[in-house]
Amino acid sequence: MWQALRNELHPKGFELVTVGLDTQGDAGCRAFIEAARPEHPSLIDRHHVLAGLFGVINIPSSVWIDENGMIVRPAEAAPAPPRAAGSAPGFSMPAGVPQRFVEIMAEAAKIRKDAQGYHAALRDWVEHGAASRFALSPDEVVARSRPRDNAKALGHAHFQLAAQLEMDGHHAAAIQHFREAHRLVPESWTFRRQAWSLEKVGDGPLARFWQGPNPETPGAWPYAGDWLSDIRKVGAENYSEPWRP
Amino acid sequence: MLLRSAFVPRSEFEAGTGWRLKAEGACQGDVCIPLSQPAGDPVDVARVARDIGMPLVAAPEYGLWALGPASIGSRALASAQAPDLRLPGLNAKEFRLSSLRGQKVLLYAWAPY
Repeated sequence: MWQALRNELHPKGFELVTVGLDTQGDAGCRAFIEAARPEHPSLIDRHHVLAGLFGVINIPSSVWIDENGMIVRPAEAAPAPPRAAGSAPGFSMPAGVPQRFVEIMAEAAKIRKDAQGYHAALRDWVEHGAASRFALSPDEVVARSRPRDNAKALGHAHFQLAAQLEMDGHHAAAIQHFREAHRLVPESWTFRRQAWSLEKVGDGPLARFWQGPNPETPGAWPYAGDWLSDIRKVGAENYSEPWRP
Repeated sequence: MLLRSAFVPRSEFEAGTGWRLKAEGACQGDVCIPLSQPAGDPVDVARVARDIGMPLVAAPEYGLWALGPASIGSRALASAQAPDLRLPGLNAKEFRLSSLRGQKVLLYAWAPY
C-alpha cells in the first residue's frame, strides 16, 4: 500500500524511505522487504538509531523531511494508506493459531488510526510544500519532538549496548541492558517489542510474535511486561498518540 | 552510537550522533554547543560527550561503549535540520539521507515483530 502511494507521488518529487528497526538485521527483515519489492530506499536499523536521532518510540511512525533537509513533521504515528472501498483486507488469521495470537490481533485491531486525516495531510504537503498548513515551522518541529532528559538519553545508550551485545551473541548480558532501557524510557514501545521479540516461544515463523512468557516456563520471562499485558494496561486505543494537524 | 574505542574518527562521530564538529562547537542546524577544547580528529568521545551532555555507558568486559543522544532543550530534536542518517539496505550498501536533497522524503519506521 505504501509502495503504491510512493509510486503515485514519486513524479511529484516525493520519495519514501522505509527503515526496518530490527537488531536481527537482514535475517529479521529480508522476507518482508523481498515480498514488498520496494523501488524506494529500504534500510535496516539494527541499533534503532532512529530512536536517538529522530525520537522514534513506536512503529509504524514517520518523519517528514523537505527538499532542503529540514524536518517539517517530527516522529508521529503513520497509519497505512486508507483502503479503496471494496478491496480485500490484507490479513486474516489462519485457523488453529494459538489463543494468544487471536488476543494480540484483537488488541491490535483496536489501535487508533486516523488514516484519512494523516493521508489527506500528506497529499496536501506533497502538493503545496512549505505553503501546506501541515508543514510545521522549525520551532514547532522541535517543540513537538519527543521529550527527552538525561535519564532517557541514558536509556537510549543502554538500548544500543543491548542491541550490540545481542548481535555479538551475549544474550544474557543484552537482557540486562534492555531492562535498563525499558526502565528509563518506559514510553518506547519499540525498545520493549524488540527485546520481547528476541525471546522466541516455539520455532515457527510466528515465534517472534509471541512477545510474552512461555506458558510452560512462565517464571523464565526476563521482562517486567509483555505485549498483551502492556497493551491492556494502557488500552490499545492509547498505543499511538492521536494525530494532530 | 556504539563504540569500540574511546577515540573515533570525526566523520564517524558526526554520522553516529548527528552533531557536526565545527570551529564554534558541536552543531545541529543553527544550534551550536561550545566545546571546552577543539574536538580534534579522532574525537576524544568522553570529553566531547561531557560537553554536549551525552551519556556514555560502558561494558568494558565486552570492549563496548554506547553513547546516548543529547537532550538539548529537553527534546529529542535540538534543531529541525535532519541529521544525515546513514544506514545499510539488504545489500549492505550504505545509504545517506542527504542523497535525497531536492525531494520531499517520508522516513517510515517499521519492524517485522
